[in-house]
Order: sequence, then structure tokens, then C-alpha cells
Amino acid sequence: MQELKSKPESKPAASEYATEPEGEASAAGTKNDELLKLENLSINYKVHDGYLSAVNHVNMTIRKGEIFAVVGESGCGKSTVAHSILRLLPDKDTKITGKILFKGQDLSTFNEKQIEKVRGRQIGMIFQNPLDSLNPVYRVGTQVEEAILLDNPDKAAAKKKTVSLFRDVRLPDAELRAESYPHELSGGMRQRVMIAMMLSRTPELLIADEPTTALDVTIEAQILDILKRLKNTYGTSIMLITHNFGLVAEIADRIGVMYAGEMVETGDVFEIFRNPRHPYTKLLMQALPRRSKKEGRLKTIDGMVPRITDDKPCCRFANRCPSASERCFKESPAAVDFGNGHICRCFEAEGAESVKVNG
Amino acid sequence: MKKKSYRRYSARSESLRMCLHNVDFMVGLIMIISVILIAVFAPQIAHYSYSKQGAGPRLTAPCAEYPFGTDELGRDVFSKTIYGTRIALWVAALGASIQLILGVTIGLVCGYYGKWVDHVFSFITDLTWCIPGTILALAVVTILGKGLTNVVIAISIVSWASFARPIRAKTMSLRNMAFVETGKAYGENGFSLMFRYILPNIIPSIIVMTSMTLPETILSTTTLSFLGLGSKSPSPDWGLALSKGMEYITRAPWLSIFPGIALVYTTIGFNLLGEGLRDVLDPQMRSR
Repeated sequence: MQELKSKPESKPAASEYATEPEGEASAAGTKNDELLKLENLSINYKVHDGYLSAVNHVNMTIRKGEIFAVVGESGCGKSTVAHSILRLLPDKDTKITGKILFKGQDLSTFNEKQIEKVRGRQIGMIFQNPLDSLNPVYRVGTQVEEAILLDNPDKAAAKKKTVSLFRDVRLPDAELRAESYPHELSGGMRQRVMIAMMLSRTPELLIADEPTTALDVTIEAQILDILKRLKNTYGTSIMLITHNFGLVAEIADRIGVMYAGEMVETGDVFEIFRNPRHPYTKLLMQALPRRSKKEGRLKTIDGMVPRITDDKPCCRFANRCPSASERCFKESPAAVDFGNGHICRCFEAEGAESVKVNG
Repeated sequence: MKKKSYRRYSARSESLRMCLHNVDFMVGLIMIISVILIAVFAPQIAHYSYSKQGAGPRLTAPCAEYPFGTDELGRDVFSKTIYGTRIALWVAALGASIQLILGVTIGLVCGYYGKWVDHVFSFITDLTWCIPGTILALAVVTILGKGLTNVVIAISIVSWASFARPIRAKTMSLRNMAFVETGKAYGENGFSLMFRYILPNIIPSIIVMTSMTLPETILSTTTLSFLGLGSKSPSPDWGLALSKGMEYITRAPWLSIFPGIALVYTTIGFNLLGEGLRDVLDPQMRSR
């Protein structure tokens, strides 16, 4: 099992929007404050020629008050993992094995009624496309109010709370905007409303599935800032799904890099940026735009994420890896702990001091 | 201090404005309002009771005293036609409500849950579409027994499927929309997702479908009344009047002409209203 220790919360506040002091709500993690733990989670989709391995033996831990970023290309199974936590995947033709432990309870054994209690109340989720994520026939204020009324039937209080939530997410003219319909708001505003709605029931974990993909860069910065501030004021843990390493550096405490359904590298954000071990992580970082103009064209990773339907043992990245050896095509590399919670699945990265944690 | 406000482009007032500029809608609306007014003020408009025999000489041609003539028992056809509006409107309202409730509920449940629920109800829907409506309705009336209410129930049982089908299709396409998934991620249950998230988004289509169902229900009921299954004499039912008038069609055509005109007027009114509404509320359904 993974024994993960992260560095104490010491990231500097990079935000210029933040007005509240960066609280210590998100204190350093100890072993017992694991909020969400995925154990050997595998998800297979049934396709016409067998099973498509969308997620393969993923292990992951999110602690209280931490932002965990899941990074990877499109089609690496990031969203599939996120959706499986709240059981939003179609149950038909989907096979899920492994454990989804939320505060020690296995969500995968819950029935529909029980999972409804978890959704929204304990785990909230923000989706990729804020433009379609709000019900077009209700005013945004009403939607958030209705959400609050699910728990507390006091209408006046709900109204008040809605406005204060809208202020929290920096929606300009909160009171007036509550009267608007979704189509009257911009994408950034709608995403703010979504965040407000998800926060209204103060979930302990917020899953943000590429929350800024559909937004432009300046709004992206603001949304990230809101997420960060909320983490500090409400102590909400956030699972941030993204393909943008720049964004991760800005906000995350820990990173998990996914490739073709496998968690290839996890670790503290500083550790990963300073010392990336998996070739895929390294290549992703090289693909980041830098400030210097000398580099010319941006680096890319050749090839595409493979579609894996057979269970042949091999490193899934082998066919695109610049340093792949014979062995990579014949054996699956195990997850190896390099200390400090830095775990990597790669033969090349394996060192003498490493301890095998997972076969 | 002046209060800041955002001028809202209101979809609702825009729809209303478009309705008022739609010729079909306005003509239909005026026709239907006139029918409703006639039904409400029937006792003031008609001079005679529709059932009073010997109100005048038998089979009198239309004249000043009896504008639509009299029937074989000396009843005033004008009064009968006027009171007939009440039956037509009641039939339309009852039939449409039954179809609406059945069709919307079944359509939503099928579209949302899918799986076996959908298979079972889709099979039933297909089945009702395989049998000619009138014959099926005749069979249902035979089981339920004669009478106007039973006829309306029979027709609703036969034709709810035309409601359920489009609603099922729309529900299926909306079910996978992001906002429904958001609601789900938020912890809303299936009932709430169906009736609070999906239903309000298909209300325009439901309004249009309802307005199209009203005249169909009136016509079908009239057909069954014509065949002698619905109202019994002395009901002022137009279908009954048409069927009675058949016997005297050569000697006294006014017995069937005037109720016929009333029937056509009412159904055309509803149809125009429905088409106008469709143009405004559901432009995608507009047929070329």
C-alpha cells in the first residue's frame, strides 16, 4: 500500500485576488486524514471486440484540505476515474473492480439511495463545460437555492446563503445576478455559479473535471484562484483534473500523472517538478510553453494514447517512450516508492534505494 | 442612489410578442375564444332548450324564428348546436388531460430509465400503433360500455402513445445533457431529475402537442358518437346530430349542415392555434 507523506503546506500565496489571509485550514497531512483512497481501481468498458481497459489498477490518496491534480493527455482515463467515484458512469457495459474508499467506506458497494446521499453533500463535482451545466429554465439563484433547500427548508436563509456564496466565488453584482438565467451569463460566470452550487452543501471533496477547459486564460486564473481560496476557507479537498501542467504548478499540492489508464507517477508538486522520474512526465513538462523565445517550436510527444483491449504485460508508454528497452515491451513495471511519497512506474527510474510497493 | 439593474431580454415576453404577430395563432385564438364564449353563454344565446320537443313545427327550414331550422321532433337545431360546444370543449379537455398525464409520465419514465421499463412501454406503444385507432377505440368502448365519458377514455387509451413517443425521444436526448448530470452529481434523485430538470425543458413541445391533440380528440369522439357509441339522445352532441341528420339529409339537410359547420369551425380554430404555437415555441418541429 502506498505510504504517502507530503511536505507541510508551504506554498506561497500567488494570488492577487485573495483578500482573506491564507488560512492554515489545510494543515500538513498525517496518515489518518486520508479522505479518499482508490485501491487498485480498474474500469473496463465493454466494446465490440472485448474489454477496453480505461483505468488499470489505479492507487491514489487524497488527504483532507489538499489539492490533488490528476494530469494526463486526453483519453488517459482521468475523467473516468472522477466519474466512477460518484458512480456517474453508465452501469451498462462498464466493469469496475477495486475499492473507492471515502472516509473508510467503500463507495463501490453503496446502493443508489446511499450514493445519492454522498453526491453533492460529501463529494461535489464541477464539469468541463460550464455552458451546458446549468438548467436553462431556472434562474441561477433559484438553482442554488433549491440545492440548499435539499438540506435545510428555510427559504429566507437559503436566499441569503446563495448571495453570500455568489460573493464567495466573486460573481459581480451577486444579488442581481442571482436573478439571471444561465444564458445571460458568460462562461466564467456560469462556472462560478457551478462552484457556488457545489459548495452550497459544503462537500468535503470537490472533484473539478477540467473546470477551465472551456474558458479563456484570464478567467482560468480567476477560477483557479477561487478554488484555492475556497480550499483555504472551507478546508475542502479538491481533486483537480487537467491536462495543463502550468495550472498544476500554480495550485496543486500533489500530482498524479496518468497515462493510458495507469497512474504512472505520483508525488509532491515540488518533487515532481524538480525531479520528474517517469519519461512521460518529463516529456509533458518539455511540452510546456516557456518564456524564452529561443526554443522555437514547442516539443510534442509523438504518437497517440493507445487503445488497450488486451491484457498483455508491457509498459503502456513503451511505444512512445524515447528510452524504451526490450524489457518495457515484455513486462509491466511495478509502482516503486522513491521516498517522500514519490511513486513511479518505470524500469528506467528504478533505483537501488527503491522499495516495491505494488505488484 | 439609483438601483443598478440588468435589463433582461425576457424570453417569455418575446414568445408572447411573437404569438401576437402570428396570423395562425391569432385567428385560431379568436375562433376558440368565440367557441368558449358561446359555450359559457349558451343559455343566454339559445332561445329554446335543446331537448324541448315541439318547440316548433317539425323539420322547419331555417327561418327568422329558427335560424338553423328544427328537427324531426320539432327541436330547435340552433339551440342544439350552441349547447354542443359545451360537449365538444369538455371532450377536448378531458381527452387531452388523460393523454397528457399518461403520455408525459410514461414518456419521461421510459426515456429516463430506459432498460426494461422502456422495452415494455415501447412495445405497448408500438402495439397501439399497429391497430387502426377507431377499431381499437371501438373495442375499448365495447369493454367499458357506451357513453360519452367512456368514449373519451377509449380514445385517450388509444392515442396517448402519440404523446409518449416524442416525449420519450426528447427525454433521452436531454438525459445526457450536462445539466442533468450536474443535478445527478449534486445528489438529486431520479424523480427530481425527471420532473425538475427534464420536464421544464420540454414544456414548449408539450404545449404544442396538446393543442394539436384537442381537435383530434373532438373529431374522434364525434366519429364514435356518429357510430352510435357515445352520447344518447337528447344530448346536443354534434356527432349524434350528424348521425340523426343522415336520415333526413335529402329532406332537411340543415339538420347535419349546421352541427357540421360548428364542428369544422371548432377543429380549425384549435388547429390554427396549435400551428401558431408550434411556429413560435417549437421551430424545430415545423414541417415544410
